[in-house]
Amino acid sequence: MDVTPQTHPEHGLRLPIIGFVLSILLTVAALWVTYHSHLNSAGIVTAILCLAVVQIAVQLFLFMHVLESDDVPWHVLLLGLGLILVVAIVAGSIWIMTFHTEAY
Amino acid sequence: MLSGIRTFASHFFVLGEPMIYGADVAILLVSFAIVFVLTYFKKWGWLWREWLTTVDHKKIGIMYLIAALLMMFRGGVDALLMRTQLMLPNMHFLRPQHYNEIFTTHGTLMILFVAMPFIFALFNIVVPLQVGARDVAFPYLNAISFWMFFFGAMLLNLSFVIGGSPDAGWSSYPPLAGPEFDKGPGENYYLMSLQISGIGSMATGINFFVTILKMRAPGMTLMRMPLFTWSVFGACVLIIVSFPALTAVLGLLLLDRVAGAHFFTILSGGMPMMFVNLFWIWGHPEVYIVVLPAFGVFSEIVATFSQKRIFGYTSMVASILVITVISYFVWAHHFFTMGAGPGVNSFFAIATMVIAIPTGVKVFNWLFTMYKGRVRITAPMLWTLGFIPNFAIGGATGVLLSVAPSDYQYHNSYFLVAHFHQVLIGGTIYGMISGMYYWWPKIFGFKLTEGPAKLAFWFFNVGFYVTFMPLYVVGLMGMTRRIYTYPSGLGWGPWNLASTIGSYTIGVGFVLICVNILHSVFYGERDTTGDIWNARTLEWSIPSPAPHYNFAVIPTVTHRDEWWAIKEERRSKKEAKQTPLEEIRPIPMPKNSGKPFLFSLCFFLVGFGFTFAWYAFVVVGFAGVITLLIMRSFDYNTETTISVDEIRRSEAAFGRI
Repeated sequence: MDVTPQTHPEHGLRLPIIGFVLSILLTVAALWVTYHSHLNSAGIVTAILCLAVVQIAVQLFLFMHVLESDDVPWHVLLLGLGLILVVAIVAGSIWIMTFHTEAY
Repeated sequence: MLSGIRTFASHFFVLGEPMIYGADVAILLVSFAIVFVLTYFKKWGWLWREWLTTVDHKKIGIMYLIAALLMMFRGGVDALLMRTQLMLPNMHFLRPQHYNEIFTTHGTLMILFVAMPFIFALFNIVVPLQVGARDVAFPYLNAISFWMFFFGAMLLNLSFVIGGSPDAGWSSYPPLAGPEFDKGPGENYYLMSLQISGIGSMATGINFFVTILKMRAPGMTLMRMPLFTWSVFGACVLIIVSFPALTAVLGLLLLDRVAGAHFFTILSGGMPMMFVNLFWIWGHPEVYIVVLPAFGVFSEIVATFSQKRIFGYTSMVASILVITVISYFVWAHHFFTMGAGPGVNSFFAIATMVIAIPTGVKVFNWLFTMYKGRVRITAPMLWTLGFIPNFAIGGATGVLLSVAPSDYQYHNSYFLVAHFHQVLIGGTIYGMISGMYYWWPKIFGFKLTEGPAKLAFWFFNVGFYVTFMPLYVVGLMGMTRRIYTYPSGLGWGPWNLASTIGSYTIGVGFVLICVNILHSVFYGERDTTGDIWNARTLEWSIPSPAPHYNFAVIPTVTHRDEWWAIKEERRSKKEAKQTPLEEIRPIPMPKNSGKPFLFSLCFFLVGFGFTFAWYAFVVVGFAGVITLLIMRSFDYNTETTISVDEIRRSEAAFGRI
């Protein structure tokens, strides 16, 4: 049984370290926006959501190497499906929660 | 001191309820009996080595199956108690509080601790064999999944003797389930047991998703996959995307309850409607999670027992995928009456109606498969045939309910109750029992005797119609769900009496299934060929019961119904193809591990700690979880090898060499 760490040797440690630092920075930024910025609450929510999207990109590209595959890249297809479903869930929930404010 | 203990005990244990005292005694007796038998026959080591530490997908499947049947017994007893209470007007068989607890645990158990483990039992037993793999992609994670489910179920079942059961309905809506209206540990039990078993379900979803995409035998392209595996794939996609919504919403409600947050309390700016919304974002896909595998089972069984290939394979696959995607766009049909407005209701109503189309395609494909086939009426086929009219009625009433304006009339009435029992029992439970009968010889090496099996089916099926057809009627007469009792003079009495008689008939059917299993253990026909039904897919090409390593040599697949194609070839060439001796190689298999069991036990402590807000348990539990995670990450020696000699010996014992 081999006991070598199971990472792809061609990547080295550069990308994970950059990713690690970036994700910490993004988290700290979210905290700072919440506690120390002078945005109103809508602004804070928007800022946190934007930071979250960047965070997802960091995870996908720097840690999970989303564009690489030895095989059929199922994950790209399925991430697409995941994106559609997440958008449906978020947009649908917002729409449902508008309660009679829609025009009809 | 003594009075302190007495006060504590009166809150901790559920007192003053004769039926629960009875349950206490029964639990104690059964526990003593188990401990006694294990000790007397010196089986503790066997239990630990063969079952508690196993990572073998077949054994995990068997444990899921046993758990599902046990939980079905408890959920069924709940159902009979409810039906007894509702048998006649003005009954006082149960107290109102007890009634509330029973309908809550009945719903929760039947969905999460019967339907889920039952489908997982078949996932585990069948999928690796059907795709020609030696185990699932992550066997260790698979064991974690099972034990997380098991301890989640234990936590929920503990509630009715210690602390009190949850009583806010299986959907547990705040504010009723919030800290203000539902004090005490009952709801916490619900939240924690669902969280814990939810982790297990999520892991199973990921595990089988990867298994199906990455572990297929060479040559098995996606469009050569058996339809059961396809349906499991659909269910896994649904699990992966929907369970996080449940985890999130239960987490938020837990924070409301134990940490004084206000996500769902309107006065403090929270939004209880958001709970309903998030709950059904999980809840609707969940019903497709449990019914898709049933569709897969029917596809296998109809093809096998009609001795024809499935009609319209491609359209079957397309329907599965269409159902998978559309089932995410229908969740608001569970709360049309919440008042989201006509735009929202129209959208979700139409999406709901659209889903009837792929489902209809599947039903017609099964019928066309049987058309001009040589149909053999065996026990699995009988349950499949019973399913079709059941699901036709359930589907038709579903379309009625999906019409948003008329749903204002049906909402929360017994019409709805009858509808979802018709599709959940008629779809999922019929499918799972059918699958159990079908794959039983593959798991245990003997067949469940046909005679008693058919008798059980007829009791169950007739009981089913007698129970639920009257409920449609009383629903239309205005009887609402979850009511404790009703006055006489409304004309509901006779219908409810009929329904109660029917439910006891179903109970007899269930007992007959259990008797059938026990009887067949001793007298069932032994399966010596490995292909007792003359079936079509790869799992029937190996001996029964399937050996530990599944396939001595991994097959190379060239056809859709690979095993049928091999048999045709043999018939035409008149030569029996044997396991090629020279191709047997040593097989690496995952080692057993006790960590998944201990890991889940630690989560049980965490759950128990949160339930009673005894945070020492939470700390100890999480410390155990983290310790076991660290220990596992330094575990390099996780594989063992089965030697060629051993494989030859075992294949020879099955007469394959």
